[in-house]
Amino acid sequence: MAESSPGVPERSDDRRTENGQKVSLRLRIRRYNPEIREDSWWDEFEVRMLPNDRLLDALHEVKWRHDGTLALRRSCAHAICGSDAVTVNGRNRLACKVLVKEVAPRCTVEPIRGLPVLKDLIVDMEPFFDGYRSVLPYLVPEEGEPDKERPQSPEDRHRFDDTTKCILCACCTTSCPIFWGDEGYVGPAAIVAAHRFIYDSRDRAAQDRLQILSAKTGVFRCRTTFNCTEACPRSIQVTKAVQELKRSILFDRF
Amino acid sequence: MAGGLVTTVHTYDAVIVGAGGAGLRAAIEASDRVRTAVISKLYPTRSHTGTAQGGVCAALANVEEDYPEWHAFDTVKGGDYLVDQPEAAVMCEEAPRDIYELEHWGLPFNRTPDGKIDQRRFGGHTRNHGEAPVKRACYAADRTGHMILQTLYQQCVKRNVRFFNEFYVLDLLMNEGRAAGVVAYELATGELHVFRAKSVMFATGGSGRMFKVSSNAHTLTGDAPAIAYRHGIPLEDMEFFQFHPTGVYKMGILLSEAVRGEGGILLNSEEERFMERYAPTVKDLAPRDLISRAIFQEIKEGRGIGPGRDGVWLDVRHLPREVIEEKLPDVTEFARLYLSVEPTTELVPIQPTAHYAMGGIPTDVDGLCVTGPDSVAVPGLYSAGECACVSVHGANRLGTNSLLDIVVFGRRGGKHMAEWSRTVDLPPLPDDPEGFTRGLVDPILARTEGVPPVEIRDRLQETMYDLAFVVRSAEGLTKMKGILDELKRQYEQVVIQDKGRMYNTDLMEAVELGFLLDNAEPLVVAALAREESRGGHYREDFPNRNDENWLKHSLAYRDEDGSVRLEWKPVKLGPYVPMERKY
Repeated sequence: MAESSPGVPERSDDRRTENGQKVSLRLRIRRYNPEIREDSWWDEFEVRMLPNDRLLDALHEVKWRHDGTLALRRSCAHAICGSDAVTVNGRNRLACKVLVKEVAPRCTVEPIRGLPVLKDLIVDMEPFFDGYRSVLPYLVPEEGEPDKERPQSPEDRHRFDDTTKCILCACCTTSCPIFWGDEGYVGPAAIVAAHRFIYDSRDRAAQDRLQILSAKTGVFRCRTTFNCTEACPRSIQVTKAVQELKRSILFDRF
Repeated sequence: MAGGLVTTVHTYDAVIVGAGGAGLRAAIEASDRVRTAVISKLYPTRSHTGTAQGGVCAALANVEEDYPEWHAFDTVKGGDYLVDQPEAAVMCEEAPRDIYELEHWGLPFNRTPDGKIDQRRFGGHTRNHGEAPVKRACYAADRTGHMILQTLYQQCVKRNVRFFNEFYVLDLLMNEGRAAGVVAYELATGELHVFRAKSVMFATGGSGRMFKVSSNAHTLTGDAPAIAYRHGIPLEDMEFFQFHPTGVYKMGILLSEAVRGEGGILLNSEEERFMERYAPTVKDLAPRDLISRAIFQEIKEGRGIGPGRDGVWLDVRHLPREVIEEKLPDVTEFARLYLSVEPTTELVPIQPTAHYAMGGIPTDVDGLCVTGPDSVAVPGLYSAGECACVSVHGANRLGTNSLLDIVVFGRRGGKHMAEWSRTVDLPPLPDDPEGFTRGLVDPILARTEGVPPVEIRDRLQETMYDLAFVVRSAEGLTKMKGILDELKRQYEQVVIQDKGRMYNTDLMEAVELGFLLDNAEPLVVAALAREESRGGHYREDFPNRNDENWLKHSLAYRDEDGSVRLEWKPVKLGPYVPMERKY
């Protein structure tokens, strides 16, 4: 990244194009590698980053210049692919959606909770996707396809807009204390996936999904702690979606 | 055995490598017909299709008069006449069918007041052969790619498609000129897996990570083109890379063309709307190559912004707030989060970013790999999406046509590979099928001193950005070729710290770097050979298009000694006679 060059006069609002001076960031990272030892441990790294760099850039700095054995998942680096969910200072975040200036001079990074840790920041995602797959996460339309699109009014389309934004990063599910304690609970992300279809005017399987969610592994496990809503990097109103489904089950209305 | 580990052998009819839009669309088609496996180095929903924002074009005529033929014309002209015209006609004619299919599968498109799929403007898409911009892009806010990826994955879940997630394919198996399977490295365990198959499809996406400023994910490292190239399969039109005009300043994250489709404009340091001078008819909705070059011209003439005077402004302050918040929510958030800029009241700094490879593994309209000037088929080998070259994008892809490409040619390829697989026997495996892969991985794991990948990768990305980006020259490309020779030598000594088996992402990144180098070299050699300017390939020493000598596709082969050998293949022409490209 270019440092500011004092010789070139710029507009008064340089903030938009300049990154300022590098700052120091002390990263405390929870490590785990069953190939070399049984228990987890903490490592600390000191890196120099620009304030607008992402925490992911800082983790790359560690991996590429300090310790190549650090294992993490990441891909798009701008909060769409959902690969890099980690716990940052106790909160579930996407590492690419946290800026260094937010957490400097020090921060703690751990794997997300409630899923088995495989190595360092990498957890086993299979139980999470099992929950997702259990709620029939696909449109079940009426028989017979029209030649063109199925009509849907903008209002009907808007009804389920919020829950279409989910990127399956698991920030919500792994912030949920019920999920931590109960392996059977499908978790908030699966409920969001169900919500997306139940309130889609084109779908005909709402009753099936509501039945799945009314089981003991479903929505009534939720104790409304709002951790999921706070954790969602897509600003989905997760708890609201869960509450809507509880009401739909209780009053048979959707 | 690699590192003392056993190799597992799997047998399928069809194996698809990559689980983005093209791979998933092919999987839906193939898994209904034959035993199919999808192998991806990521979880499918992490694929880069999900980051596509603005829309997917089809002449539905839901909002304005429109015809597939107008779409085909725009595609050919947008591609600076290097497009194979019959292939583009197929894509544009079948586009409405594929959009309706996505809708039937649940894709939540934005709607018109009367409940149809809504459509909006996009760069280079016009009514009646260039008269004015047309509303052709079907969209779901600025999350169209996300919705396509989710919808296709949902359909795969419904069909119980067999996925091998976080399996990294490192080699293609061939038997007497026919595809026989692939070899994959399982990231969780470090084990090798041989997948025997009657047909193989490569759908691994782009290679933008060879440039310092790119919209591409870290994982877009040209894996399939490099693997094919190492097996003597040529790469077509590698010199044509799209530099999207509106990347987030210094970061490269894409700010969708939909911003300009909805009325956003570009301003230089004097806050002049400079595109009025370069494209008087469509202005800020000119194709991406023209706008990126215009930005570089403004920068060259001293009207750039930022400390390096190397960007321009994107202005949406005049747009209604509800358009910004409702139709461009994610883009707005990128500006707020990564630039600390409030786009409703402030100008947003942008610069061109490496976005899309027009070139790749040559295929026909059924995704079947074809080699040489006479397009000889490689039985059983398929490719679709960004890593393939049909060629429907020619020298410059129009916005939205990539999402269209993946659904049309993913479907066609998946169908063809499945039907073909039903008619043939399983080819025998070559001797020592995983030998090549061991030869790739074991030396990297064994080496204790040498050059770390980050040193080679940083130099590759910086020099490709300086010498093979929007503006190129013989001098710069020759220098780049020399640098690549040096980097390839250094790569022979690449050393990593992680020697373990589980989730060795250090090893994975080192392999990815090798693949990137094998994408960069054919790009640079073909760019040096092509002494003209066309679409995304601009040579300041040959600033004009030259149809007499260069209306032809390049095919880059790797020779036995490792050097690049070029052949040339005629462009398939059609109803549209090449003419000067004005907008």
